Order: sequence, then structure tokens, then C-alpha cells
Amino acid sequence: MSGEGARLPRLESAGLDGWMVRLFERIEETNLAWITPLARRCEAALGDALVDLVPSYTTLLVVFDPLRLSSGEARCRLLELLGDLAPDEQTGGGEVRELPTWYDERVGPDLMRVAELTGLSVEAVIDCHAGTLYRVFALGFAPGFAFMGLLDARLEVPRLDTPRKRVPVNSVAIAGRQTAAYPAVTPGGWNLLGRTSARLFDRDRDGFSLLAVGDRVRFVPVDRETFEAEGGDPTPMEAGR
Amino acid sequence: MNRAIKKYTVIGFRVERAGPLALLQDAGRFGVRRLGVTQGGPADLHGWAWANRLAGNPWGTAALEITFGGLTLVAERDLTLAVAGADLGATLDGKPLPRWERVSCREGQRLVFAAPANGLRAYLAVAGGFVAEPVLGSVACVVREGLGGFDGRGSKLCEGDRLRVGELSAGGASPNTAPDEARLDYRTTARLSLLPGAQVGDFTGQSLFQAFNATWHVDDRADRMGVRLTGPRLACRIGSLVSEGIGLGAVQVPPDGQPIALLNDRQTIGGYPRLGALTPLSASRLAQCLPGQEVHLVAVSGERALGEHRRFCASFTV
Repeated sequence: MSGEGARLPRLESAGLDGWMVRLFERIEETNLAWITPLARRCEAALGDALVDLVPSYTTLLVVFDPLRLSSGEARCRLLELLGDLAPDEQTGGGEVRELPTWYDERVGPDLMRVAELTGLSVEAVIDCHAGTLYRVFALGFAPGFAFMGLLDARLEVPRLDTPRKRVPVNSVAIAGRQTAAYPAVTPGGWNLLGRTSARLFDRDRDGFSLLAVGDRVRFVPVDRETFEAEGGDPTPMEAGR
Repeated sequence: MNRAIKKYTVIGFRVERAGPLALLQDAGRFGVRRLGVTQGGPADLHGWAWANRLAGNPWGTAALEITFGGLTLVAERDLTLAVAGADLGATLDGKPLPRWERVSCREGQRLVFAAPANGLRAYLAVAGGFVAEPVLGSVACVVREGLGGFDGRGSKLCEGDRLRVGELSAGGASPNTAPDEARLDYRTTARLSLLPGAQVGDFTGQSLFQAFNATWHVDDRADRMGVRLTGPRLACRIGSLVSEGIGLGAVQVPPDGQPIALLNDRQTIGGYPRLGALTPLSASRLAQCLPGQEVHLVAVSGERALGEHRRFCASFTV
């Protein structure tokens, strides 16, 4: 990482209208207990000048209206907040959700690649991925896209060098120590292991997203019949995409 | 004072031919990025703001963003309108339609956007604004998310659509023509202002030199999410980060070393290291570039960028 300002928390410039509040270096479940109250306090401290907040594993992106606040003014207010920030022990209850998942090369074209990179068999990759109860750390990237962790260290593989242009909806994927399921067709650089039949984002449902920050999630391996019976789409990935 | 838009709406246009991509855009969708919902809004803030201003609408009014062209609209009543941004060879009943000016249009007249002649995205504003039911606080149309637009479900314009418009209350004043300096020529090589970000120091010295001295080409992998630039391969000492929020204009560099400038429909969170962020007006300028066009990245200070942005916005608030 950069030499300057190794101390945390610190503020990093994120353009004309934003500050990235970096609170932690690594993904830990306990990070949420600090990031959630910080987001609440930003709402109070910036008021009408606040445009958006994007909490994630180790950071909070604060977006403000540059017509009302300069970067310098926003920075002062954020530094003040950080000065006496305390953790919120309530954060992190959350529901337990199960995502039925069909792990198969036809819908998980990176299963073999992950097996090769990790030295595990395909069966061991599946067992390992389905054997962990994950925590939702953040929603982002696309509506209802839940960033979950921590993935078993044995499954840690990098993102693809060049992201795919179109990842099919409901693809189950891993990258680094993270896992996720794609609620919509989007570009994506994660390694695809299979597909879930769960409905991840539904604009007619309260809160839109099946998963919320703090939820616990388990991927449950199912066969193709069960996957299709529960509404899963078995259309294979197009070759080379 | 800008005039207010009444709630009463009427059909303004019928879509005779939809073209590849015409989208309803207000200023964007804010306050919901924590659900993973993106910002949306006009890819070119400059063109969108001027179209609305010339039509006499307040800031934030919804206008049509027309990409490439191929669109034919038939007026269902007499309307006052303005087109700004790209020159897509627009005509009104076969006669060239002036850009950057307020124009009157009669019921039954055909408004055609043909093909790009200068720039990529034209903005059509109608006095009173286009009107639709907001979704999560905005009518901004984001196709990928299935949110906003005339149907609320993120649909681009389709043949046969009838577009509702509002009515302006009487009074108020706005210019009927844009000054010369606002009428941008998008064929020239763009100089894009970039505010260096936290990871800039993680790129190698040679890569930093190249980032700000090389000529970059706009790739054909370019849309409202982001625009890929091709040129020298930039090397960063860190391959990927823990995923974190991404602002408008952020320039991220995946391991293939080719930067991607992220625009209005970008993902809200990502994990590639970033050179920094383009200013809103530079992101807008990039959104008007056609594949193959040359651009340069220019590092600017926050102070200078803020001054430029505030001067731009000041011309739209009365």
C-alpha cells in the first residue's frame, strides 16, 4: 500500500465530490460495527449536503454536493466525526438465508480453472464453497449484489484479467476471499462456479434485495432437477464469453 | 426565477422509429447507492443542462438522451423544444434543426435524429419537461437495472411509445440561444481533467508518466457504465483491492493495464486500483467521444476542478 498515511482511519480523495473513509486494512466481520454508526453520523453531520453513502468491507465512500461544500470543508466535518467514533455492538444480527445452487461446468465455467489454481478437485472446490456460512458485508456493484465473506483461504483465486462482458443472472462466483451471486446480467471479473435459483433482487418486494448487510448466507448444492424445479435457468454460458 | 412545471401532463410525441438507444434522464438517482443502485442521469451533463436551460426548464427536468441517432418522433401537439450536445443530423420535417437554440415545433411535424456527425449523444428537452413516474426518487432510465424511464422498468424508447410532457407555468425568462463557448466541438482531441486519487502512488513511475503523456484511444467497449481507453499498458504494484465505493468519473486500471473511466451507470462498488477521478465535465466530454477518438489525461488540482464545476453550475441557477 501507499507509504503516506498508513495510520487508520484516514481520508482519501475520491474526486471533486467525495471522500473515501478508510477504516480498516483487511476484511473482518467486526468492521461492520464501526462502519454502520459512521454512516449514520455522516447523515447527521452533512445534512442536505450529503448526496450518497457507499459502505463496504473496510471503507465508507461519502459523496457530497460540491456546490454546498468544498472538499476541505467536507474533510473537516468528517475528521471531527472520526475523532470520537465508537463501535455499535448491535450491528451484525441478520437473517440466515439459503441459496440453492447448481454447481456445474455448464453454468460455472471457471470450476476447472479454480480447481487447477487451488490444486483441489472440482468436488473439493464445491464442498469447500458450500461448507462455509458467509456474512453479507456490503451491497453494491448492481442492485441486490451482496458481497459475502470470508471465503475459505484454500479457494482464494484472483479476478479474471479481463472482465467478462456478460455474466448470466444468478451466477455464483468467487474472487479473493469473497463470494457473491449476480442478481442481474452485468459485466464481471469473478470466477463462476455455478448458478442459484434464488430471486436475488425483486423491485416488487419490500427492500428490493433478498440479502441485506449483516445476513448470514449458506450456498446449498442441488442437482439440476431441483435447480430447474425451483425456477433456475440452466441455459449454459456461451463459449468464450 | 425559473418557472415551475405543473403536474398536468399531455402526450407530446409519438415514437415512429426508436433507434438503438434513446433514454429518459433527469439529474440522476441519489441516496440509494447502498442498495447497489447506480446513479444514472445524463452521460453528458453539459449537453443535458443546456437543452433544459434553452427550453426554459428548471435544473433536474427530465430530457431525452439520444445515442447514435436513428430516432424519429412525431409531435402530437405544438411544442417548444431545444436540442443540445451531439450533432446527430437532426431535422424537423426534413429541414436541418439548429442545435443550442430554442425551437418551435408544430403538431404533426417529424423530428428525426439520423446519425452522429459531431459527438455521440444529443439531448432533447421540451418546455415543461418529459414526465414519468419516479422509481426510487428519479425517472433516470438505467436499462441494466430495469429502473426508471417512461415505464418505470428501465426500458429505452420503443416504436409506438407516446411520450408525456408537462406544461410550464407562465412567466420567467431563459436565453433562447447558447453562447459560442458552450457549443462544444466533440471532434477535437479531448483533454480530460483528472483528480489524482489515493492509489496513484502505487503505479510505477513510468506508468504515471505514460498515463499523463500518452495519447489514449477510446475503445469500442464504451457505454453508459464506462469507457475503456487503449494505449500503453499501465503497471500498478497492487493488482486488486478490497471492493469499495466508486465515484463518477473514477479511472480504474484492471490487471490488463488498460484504464476504464466509469460513467453514470457504473457499478457502485469495485476492486481495481484507480488513477483518480475525472471531473464531472470531463466525464461528460468523454461520453461524447466515438470509438477511435484520441483523448489525453491531464492532472488537475481539486481547487481548480471545483472552481470550474461551480462556474458551470452557476450558469444554470437563477
